[in-house]
Amino acid sequence: MSTAVTENQNQDAQQTDDAGEEAIPTYDIVLRVRRYDPEFETEAHWDEWPLTMYGTDRVLDALHKVKWELDGSLSFRRSCAHGVCGSDAMRINGRNRLACKTLLKDLDLSKPILVEPIKGLPCEKDLIVDMEPFFQSYREIMPFLVNEDHTPTGERFQSQDDRARFDDTTKCILCAACTSSCPVFWTDGQYFGPAAIVNAHRFIFDSRDQAGDMRLEILNDKEGVWRCRTTFNCTEACPRGIQVTKAIAEVKKAVFASAL
Amino acid sequence: MSTPLKTKIQVPRSRDLEVDGVKYNRAGSSRSRFEMFAWLFMRMSGIVLIVLVFGHLFVNLMVGEGVHAVDFGFVGGKWANPFWQVWDLVMLWLAMLHGTNGIRVIIDDYAARNTTRFWLKVLLFVASAFVILLGTMVIFTFEPCPAGADPSLLASFCSAH
Repeated sequence: MSTAVTENQNQDAQQTDDAGEEAIPTYDIVLRVRRYDPEFETEAHWDEWPLTMYGTDRVLDALHKVKWELDGSLSFRRSCAHGVCGSDAMRINGRNRLACKTLLKDLDLSKPILVEPIKGLPCEKDLIVDMEPFFQSYREIMPFLVNEDHTPTGERFQSQDDRARFDDTTKCILCAACTSSCPVFWTDGQYFGPAAIVNAHRFIFDSRDQAGDMRLEILNDKEGVWRCRTTFNCTEACPRGIQVTKAIAEVKKAVFASAL
Repeated sequence: MSTPLKTKIQVPRSRDLEVDGVKYNRAGSSRSRFEMFAWLFMRMSGIVLIVLVFGHLFVNLMVGEGVHAVDFGFVGGKWANPFWQVWDLVMLWLAMLHGTNGIRVIIDDYAARNTTRFWLKVLLFVASAFVILLGTMVIFTFEPCPAGADPSLLASFCSAH
């Protein structure tokens, strides 16, 4: 399920400090972060910090070290810091990942580690982007259960097979790594984006839900599923390992089934 | 246009969002099935074109004398046969529409401004309509030995030559 992305094998090339005192090996890394502060500048620029980090550290720890010890003005989002909340999606070495799930030892440390905000969404400050366009698409596909039947006194039962049908797409944490990795979304931000389609998929294929026809109608839009070019950037970017492109293809098939 | 939906519920809407002149709201939903059929057409025409194009290449380049037989008379002979007229016509239309739709999609993906998009598409549609009409006309009106023409200009196989 988890997608550990490894660029090289640094495990063998570790430097250990004084043995005994430091059981965990340390690295010297260079962190390059794309900075932007609309109050003081009109253009973004790059800041660089050389850091000494431990072998167990993640990119998020490096960002924390900078913010807490070197430059408090560095801004980024993070909440749980353990790959669940989806706050810290960013572009690390050109690929969308969660900073809290990317271990430094898995990156190429011979070069500076490039950290940028995710693309396609308006940058507010440093690594913080305005997520509103992303959540707008999310709201439009109605990410909630619609069932007009009488409310049952207990739970709404579902067979294991029916539950398994949409299991993959329940994993989404709305980090926007997929949508902001999509070249079609970069152009004009009009495309619904992979995340919205994944979350529509979660309800379209839920046997308890009754508004599938409406979600399919919404995604049959000019900017809906048909703008997907199956470049698989979204599947590669997803920190939860969701088969995003496959989910989009399944929604395409469902649109056909309902329209023809 | 489409069947009425069973579900009667309001879709959540958002505030208008514009950042530095870039509109991030969708310009409004389009209740058209054009994109769906365009997507389907690309797949279907692609499959048919594989047969048509490779059949065309095989017949023109491999069968009999192969590529050395291809000349003015060879094309004239093929288009005297209704089978090859239909084959070439279908190939022309499918290839042109397939290619035009592909470029339309590329324009949609890469042109960021609406005016750029509009004019690129006008250029595309005019060019492709021109090629489709010209090609169709040639397939049906092709006359290898037009009557009353200057005999010195005619191909060697024409009786008037």
